[in-house]
Amino acid sequence: MRKPALNDEILLTIEKPARYIGNEINSVMKDPAKVDIRFAMCFPDVYEIGMSHLGIQILYDMFNRRDDVWCERVFSPWTDLDQIMREKKIPLFALESQEPLRKFDFLGITLQYEMCYTNILQILELSEIPLLSRDRTEEDPIVIGGGPCTYNPEPIAEFFDFFYIGEGETQYDAIFELYKENRKNGKSRRDFLMKVCQVPGIYVPSFYDTVYHEDGTIQSFTPNIPEAPKCIEKQVVMSLTDAPYPTAPVVPFIKVTQDRVVLEIQRGCIRGCRFCQAGMLYRPLREKDVEVLKDYAEKMLKNTGHEEISLSSLSSSDYSALKEIVTFLVDEFHGKGVNISLPSLRIDAFALDVMSKVQDIKKSSLTFAPEAGSQRMRDVINKGLTEDMILHGAGMAFQGGWNKVKLYFMLGLPGETEEDIKEIAVLSDKIARHYYELIPKEARNGKVQITSSTSFFIPKPFTPFQWAPMNTREDFQNKAHLLNDTFKEQLNRKSLKYNWHEADLSELEGVFARGDRKCAKVLLNAYKKGCLFDSWSEFFQYQKWLEAFREEGVSIDFYNTRERSEDEVFPWDFIDIGVTKSFLRREWQNAKTESVTPNCREKCSGCGASNFKGGVCFETKN
Amino acid sequence: MKLRIKFRKYGVMKFIGHLDMMRYFQKVMRRADIDIAYSGGFSPHQIMSFASPLGVGLMSNGEYLDIEVHSWTSSDQMLFYMNQVMAEGVEILAVRKLPDNAKNAMSSVAFADYTIQFREGYEPSFSLSEILTEFLLQPQILIEKQTKKSSRQVDLKPLIQKLLLTKDGGVFMRVSAGSVENIKPELVMDAVYHFAGEERGEFALEITREDLYDENGWSLIDVGEEF
Ligand code: SF4
Repeated sequence: MRKPALNDEILLTIEKPARYIGNEINSVMKDPAKVDIRFAMCFPDVYEIGMSHLGIQILYDMFNRRDDVWCERVFSPWTDLDQIMREKKIPLFALESQEPLRKFDFLGITLQYEMCYTNILQILELSEIPLLSRDRTEEDPIVIGGGPCTYNPEPIAEFFDFFYIGEGETQYDAIFELYKENRKNGKSRRDFLMKVCQVPGIYVPSFYDTVYHEDGTIQSFTPNIPEAPKCIEKQVVMSLTDAPYPTAPVVPFIKVTQDRVVLEIQRGCIRGCRFCQAGMLYRPLREKDVEVLKDYAEKMLKNTGHEEISLSSLSSSDYSALKEIVTFLVDEFHGKGVNISLPSLRIDAFALDVMSKVQDIKKSSLTFAPEAGSQRMRDVINKGLTEDMILHGAGMAFQGGWNKVKLYFMLGLPGETEEDIKEIAVLSDKIARHYYELIPKEARNGKVQITSSTSFFIPKPFTPFQWAPMNTREDFQNKAHLLNDTFKEQLNRKSLKYNWHEADLSELEGVFARGDRKCAKVLLNAYKKGCLFDSWSEFFQYQKWLEAFREEGVSIDFYNTRERSEDEVFPWDFIDIGVTKSFLRREWQNAKTESVTPNCREKCSGCGASNFKGGVCFETKN
Repeated sequence: MKLRIKFRKYGVMKFIGHLDMMRYFQKVMRRADIDIAYSGGFSPHQIMSFASPLGVGLMSNGEYLDIEVHSWTSSDQMLFYMNQVMAEGVEILAVRKLPDNAKNAMSSVAFADYTIQFREGYEPSFSLSEILTEFLLQPQILIEKQTKKSSRQVDLKPLIQKLLLTKDGGVFMRVSAGSVENIKPELVMDAVYHFAGEERGEFALEITREDLYDENGWSLIDVGEEF
């Protein structure tokens, strides 16, 4: 048996030692002497979050199918262990071999949200890898970044040797071959980076220079070696059906956030909501064949022993074989000790039928995400959900016995007025009224319970709102209070519940979402002050972040509240996601004129993603 | 039909707590295709119960769980299939059929055997053999036992059946266990250290539960039979 990197004394002192011992079912052990490449796959958050992420499981499985690669996992040590490792100078290790990361060839870090950035620095520091790419030597692993945040990698560019931009399934074989070849020929780290920067989708930040205008905006962004391409193309898997998928994912011992089999049914989205980054990044929509999914469901349940299965995608109701896959899961597994966890579905007769089969109607709730309260605002954001649709769907569900509704909205959308905000409460109240009108007293199963939650809108790169100003923290708070007061004025206020959260985090997320290379020093500064696990409210230290901004002379407003001009060069402009900047600009104009753009299946709007030659763009439309 | 399963837990699995072991075994049943019975309702759960929770950090050569199944093959086959899908550090030792009138594992437990090793650097400075002999000669061994809310005085003496030095310098004990009076081995060792006038280091002991017995002194596995 392997010897744990941490001794009994430490493992018995810290919370949840199972986070650090590996040994889980379906984790992969290999003989280090028999592999050429050691790869550490990192999710820079605590084990329970990282292990719930599908992307890591896909790449882990894919890499380990190669005999010459051993891919292992590593997550952020929780604060209790973090402290012990620093005191006792224990280097960070991978879960499988329990060996220090600094011995590895690659450290791949997946970047799922901006607020994990300080954790990247923690991982590097605990691994004893220099924080800045330029300080690393031949002995250090190559540090790779991947995942959605790489669509604007600039705030963290200095910490990575390269970024992989796009879906991981396409280029890693080429990267591994180049690496082996480079080593065989006795070439250096820089030689390898010069080779790898020519692989489609690979961005090596040290090969590019940014020049700024006096006002802080970007004047030019250019390669500083001839090998580096001017533009980096997003990588996409065109046949999702044939793409590798883990039929035996790792099964954690402890309860994690997503403790179930996850079937990815499609990638991308046809909807084109103007605030949604994922909806643009993953265009075009590509579906996975339903027969393959059925086969995977069976294998994955058998190989893991999980008691629950769920579907993963954006806007699941748009999957063309949704009825078939859901019916299959219910018929095949329901009642055999397997729970079917449904994605949020458009409420119709079919949805209510399956929901009533797999959920307890008394306990479960309906979910709607209108995102904005007024129809005007929903047209601005291109959310094709109308009040009629919501009232009709809710009405059907009320008649079916449901009486709990969850509503999701955003505050701070571009052009939002006080009226738009108040409409959120008004719409919530209308749904409650509808219940009391529709369901006679004697048929009611108690009060209707409407829970409305708001999040704060943060403009993201590669969306039509990338030009939009973001609200300040004070704006957000005032809006939440205004809305809260409006809720209290509603007729059915006793049936309505309103939730919102603090705006501090949103402010920072805004900066790092649309930031440039100048933000790196703020991040370093905040980390040195002790900021870590910022996405955990109990650890988030807003004041320290403000100090870091002040000390580094970086203005939050420059990144957040300024409206960008239409011809401004963005830090992320060198990335080609398929969707063109001219399409996004057109959509920004459409938002301003409150014009709705049809979804990909109604009518193609020529966004540019058809360049990838597949998916929804080439479906026969009838 | 009711089956009793005996398993061993060692290595890094000692860091997996009781609740997680329960979840682990639920998944084992599904991976090994055991035709286990489920309760009704919207979230059916497997009919499965454990004899006695084992603390985090302890190893065991005698852990038990009872399950109810609709169909079965043979002891050997079921043992084989379960061991095929085990994590390193858990091993099924036996699968037996329980008589219809058998009490469940949890309410059967009356005694437990433990062996204790001292971690490197934590060996006691007193002579263990002398101290153990004198310790057991006391007419009464009064200790404070902490319960959830308060603490009460307990006489350990009648609750310790055996307490011996092992050949390799460790300690073996058989003590009362189960629902009536559950004595943790750490508690006995604390009393021994206290008697010797020393403090036990928090991480001094490496404890292995060896087996569990019913009130007649039968190992819990002996209640069932091979099939
Ligand atoms: S090219 Fe047309 S169909 Fe294809 S993703 Fe863009 S808008 Fe949709």
